[in-house]
Amino acid sequence: MNRVIISLLLIGVAGSARLEAHAFLKTAKPAVGSTIQTSPGEVRISFTEKIEPAFSTIQVFDASGKQVDKRDVHVSRSDQSLMVISMPPLQDGIYKVVWRVVSVDTHVTKGSFTFRIVR
Amino acid sequence: MKQISSYKLSKATAAPIVIYLAGLFVIPTTAWAHGFAGSRFFPATLTTDDPFVNDELSLPTVSSMVTPDEGGTRDTEVAFDIAKRITPNFGIEMGESIINLKPPGGSSHTGFGNLELAGKYEFLENDEHELILSLGAEVEIGGTGNKRVEADSFSTWGAGLFFGKGFGDLPDTVAFLKPFAVTGLVGVAIPTSASSRIVTIDATSGEHDIDVERHPNVLEWGFAVEYSMIYLQEQVKDIGLKAPFDRLIPLVEFAFETPLNRGEQGKTTGTINPGLIWSGKYFQVGAEAMIPVNTRTGNDVGFIAQLHFYLDDLFPRSLGRPIFGGNK
Repeated sequence: MNRVIISLLLIGVAGSARLEAHAFLKTAKPAVGSTIQTSPGEVRISFTEKIEPAFSTIQVFDASGKQVDKRDVHVSRSDQSLMVISMPPLQDGIYKVVWRVVSVDTHVTKGSFTFRIVR
Repeated sequence: MKQISSYKLSKATAAPIVIYLAGLFVIPTTAWAHGFAGSRFFPATLTTDDPFVNDELSLPTVSSMVTPDEGGTRDTEVAFDIAKRITPNFGIEMGESIINLKPPGGSSHTGFGNLELAGKYEFLENDEHELILSLGAEVEIGGTGNKRVEADSFSTWGAGLFFGKGFGDLPDTVAFLKPFAVTGLVGVAIPTSASSRIVTIDATSGEHDIDVERHPNVLEWGFAVEYSMIYLQEQVKDIGLKAPFDRLIPLVEFAFETPLNRGEQGKTTGTINPGLIWSGKYFQVGAEAMIPVNTRTGNDVGFIAQLHFYLDDLFPRSLGRPIFGGNK
């Protein structure tokens, strides 16, 4: 048993240089489930892993299901784990952010959350 | 039987294997795996098997509990389990354990339990409703363990239905219930021997005493109810939890066995296990109390703890991928 444990630890150490994992949402702005008083200029989502921009998306929908973002989602040049999408001026209401990302190790994760604008 | 160590690859055999292994490291495809259904991440549960076909390693799972045997025998086990995807929806599993039995006032015995092999096929996944269903089959191979720790000399076959359901599809009016999820199984275990005869000799009188131990078919059923702080923070409401609390999943597992025949029917045993799982990038750790549901199961609270590795995250381009069929 000791040999098995030692072997696994060695494999883990040897492979650690290329370790990545599933990308989970770390923080978002507007925050998940938050209520804000002004229309946000953009929606920013920070993930726990670096993202493959070509296979990753964010979409923002209003309460009627209409897509309201500016469809310019991109990964930050300075932080490959941060995705940003621009927003036009929004009316009061509930908005749903839907994201789907592929981390650089090819794992797919997705999710959604809402924020509310009340002036 | 040909020994593995003496087997030599011919060049013709080796070439495709080398090409395949090279491909594992360089071909970029997307990967799901890990316990996901839609946006729901399910952790690996400790007591009741979850429905996911994964590349994962539990090393070790440590449990200890006093059973009613011989008036209160402490059963302590250190187990090892590995699961490997063959295709994106089908995987195999292998498990082994070291068991220590300590009867009251007696000397303890340590030995291996029987080797356990299993296969699981995931036949339904509904992302929108965070639902997953799998079928599994397993065999505990009799005679591969040590008799001194009561490893059975006969094999036991089993089959079961596994399920997982997240409640992220609940209406927004009950948003704080969305992090709830349940996983579980219903199965039957069928021993290949209906009974065993145990012969003991009285040391003073020399008389033979023959006990017949019956081995009934057993309904195995259980489920885990979990509340994911990960889901709460990511999908419902950022309540400002910081590490390590933002990765916690409190849960309660219910694990039961109900004999179905051979005079034992209805004598259910089982435990209710409240506990916590912390899920990180590459591994999770979990611990639960094991509360016996009746005196047939035990009288004292036991425990189970586990260190569990996500092989698909540790080795996404090699060991953590299905052998055939790419990722789904």
